[in-house]
Parts: sequence; structure tokens; C-alpha cells
Amino acid sequence: MRGILHLILRDLRLALRQRADASLAVLFFVLTAALFPFGVGPEPNLLARMAPGVIWVTALLAVLLSLERLFLADYEDGSLELLILSPHPLELTVLAKALAHWLTTGLPLIAATPLIALFYNMDAAGLPMLLLAMALGTPSLSLIGAIGAALTLGARRGGVLIPLLVLPLNVPVLIFGVSAVDAALGGLNAQPHIMFLGALFLGFLVLAPLAGAAALRQSME
Amino acid sequence: MSQFQGRNLSCMRADRPVFAGLDFDLPAGGALLLTGPNGSGKSSLLRLMAGLLRPSAGQLTWDGADIEQDPEAHRARLRYLGHLDAVKPVLSLSENLPFASGLHGPVAEAALQNGLAAFALETLAGLPGRVLSAGQRRRLALARLAVSPGTLWLLDEPTVGLDTASQANLARLMAAHRAQGGRVAVATHVSLDLPGAVALDLAPHAEAARAAALEHAW
Repeated sequence: MRGILHLILRDLRLALRQRADASLAVLFFVLTAALFPFGVGPEPNLLARMAPGVIWVTALLAVLLSLERLFLADYEDGSLELLILSPHPLELTVLAKALAHWLTTGLPLIAATPLIALFYNMDAAGLPMLLLAMALGTPSLSLIGAIGAALTLGARRGGVLIPLLVLPLNVPVLIFGVSAVDAALGGLNAQPHIMFLGALFLGFLVLAPLAGAAALRQSME
Repeated sequence: MSQFQGRNLSCMRADRPVFAGLDFDLPAGGALLLTGPNGSGKSSLLRLMAGLLRPSAGQLTWDGADIEQDPEAHRARLRYLGHLDAVKPVLSLSENLPFASGLHGPVAEAALQNGLAAFALETLAGLPGRVLSAGQRRRLALARLAVSPGTLWLLDEPTVGLDTASQANLARLMAAHRAQGGRVAVATHVSLDLPGAVALDLAPHAEAARAAALEHAW
């Protein structure tokens, strides 16, 4: 267990040293979200209505942007061989990598979310639900991403393949993430949507380490 | 006495036979010297021994038990050094060193100093990985063996880029490891100072695999 903690701490330290890489996703998130008003016009009611959808879609794309480096750097410099040969179950290693990815990508995105909600003049009553939905949904995005990143190791131009593999799996997270916020803004019960988000998270929590570990083993062939 | 054995091993890479019908024995304190031309399967055999690849036929056993029965115990005892040095460019040498060993358990400060000393890396400890030369990165990768020794060393061309002083350090480290009952399997093209090592030439096994595949194709 301590070895797993050691791995997470190393990934956090690497992210801290390579701040330009780590902040890319959150920068992309803020900049892309800031572009929409230029495209659709500055009508406040329209922007407020669009806010949950825009925030979720741009967050999803920002996570996608950061996925390639999840395993690739370790694969290219040989660290991945050492990780696979460590005495821990490989599934735990995948889980640790996904957790480190969430801490360095998902968490900053959640922190930047209130800023974008403010840009869009979103009703403040929806903000707690938006943050809760993001907190439940972005870990799923990291877990799904770990499967895609592991599967494309060793493929030429794997970075192009990742979105094709990952996006269809991300769609349910997007749907329930947006509908939870819409329900809260419309005065409806958001609980069913949140519970679906939770169920997706628990499902991928089991599935992603298994699939990711199998893909990593395959990458060593 | 515990034995690490391979019996009748065959290996396929990308549907191409690499070698076939290979046996080896590696007792405690023993050393295995893998030789053969490029592409004869030295690296593949080391990866089989590590469990990174699976044999297409044959069996690898430790004390009579197939290593696939308890892969985690096997991984806990082995230390593998591949072609890549696993050095992170943004971490300093002394931060890079404990990573691999830390996966096997907590690393004591004394063990780290021991590792730095084994390959004369003390003066380089503060340098970031990106400024290290190829030979210095290799010394860092080898120093991990001194930090957390395990029992089975699988070394793929360990001397690439090493100067003569570091080659002597490596020979000393391997001798000390074997004196304590450790085992070493080394793939190499250069002569190594490994007294009493059993040489295993992979060329005939590679030839046998190709012949069998041709026969099969006919």
C-alpha cells in the first residue's frame, strides 16, 4: 500500500515540476469557455441557459487533452516496465495513476468552475449542484481516460485514437452531469441524476483498473 | 536449495518465432550469461524471466512452482534493467533513485547513500535527470540494484555507455550479490567479469525455432 502512495506522490511531484503541462488542461477549459459568448452573442439569458452544458463539454475536452500523457511518458522512458514489475497488483497501479490524474486535472477544473459560471451569469442556486456533479463526474472521466490511454500505448499516433475510444464512454457522464444541474436550476429533484453519476463512477471504478491493467500488460508484448 | 528453472521454453514475438526448446538453471549464487547475435532473443528471454512476456511453450519455475501461480511474489524478488533507464528529466538524480525501490517498500536513507556510492554518483546527486549523460543515466539505473537488491537480477546489456571504472563497480556489485545467494542473468555482447557464470548461447535455439516454423509452413 505504501508503494502505491509512493507512486501517487511521485506523479504529483512530477506534475508540480512540469506546471506548464499540468496547467494546460485548466487553461484550455477557461479559454474555450470564454470563447463561446463571442460565437453565440452576449445575450445574458441565453448564456445563463447554456452554462451547464458548455462547462461540462469544455471540461470533458480539457480532460481529453491531458489523457495522452497519463501513461505515455512512463511508457517511453521505461518507468512503466518498473511499475508493471512492482509487487503490487497492476490494477492498483492503474487506479493510482488515474487518481493522480484526477488530482492534477479534475480537481483544478472543479476549482475553475465557479469562475466560468460567473462568466456565464449562471444562477448561483445551481452552483452547488454543478460542483457536486463535477466532483462525482470528473473521476469517471479520469478512469475512462486511463482505459483509453492504456489501450493506445504502442500505437502510432495513439493520441489521435484516444478521443475515438473515450468519447462514447464519456457521453453518459455528460448527460447526467448536465441534467443534474438543469434539474436544480428548474427547481426539480436532481437526486436521480446524481445517483446515476454515482453509479457510473462506481462502475468505472471497478472496470477501469481491470481493463487498464489488461491493456498495459498487452503493451509489453 | 531453491532453483530458478526454465524448461523447453519457446517464444513468439508478433507471430514470429524467436527461439524454441530452451532450458536453463539458475541456482542461488549462480550467474547466467546470455549470448548470441542481434535478434536471437536475449532480451525476449529476460522479459520471459521477468514475466513481462509469456512463453508460447514451456514453463518457468521457482522452487518447482510455476511463476505464474504467484506473479506478485515473483515480481517482489526480481529486479529488471531493460534498455531504457526510467530517468525522469525534471527530477534530480537523488529523487530519481528511490522511485523504483520505493515501489518495493520503504527506502532507508542509508540504502540511498549506499546506492549513490556504489556507482560514484554522490557528486551528481543534485543534478536534474535531463542534464545527465547516457552513461550517467545508466549508472543511476544500476544504482537501484544497490538500493534494494531483491534476489534475482535480470540485466539487459547493463554495460552500454559505462566507462571502465563503472564496469568494475558493476562487476563488484554482482559478485557481492551472488556471494549473498543472489542470482544474476545478464544479456551482453561484451566480456563481463562474472566468475563461474554459465554461458547460454541463444543462436542454436533461434535457429531451431526458425527451422520448425519453416517446416510448419511447408
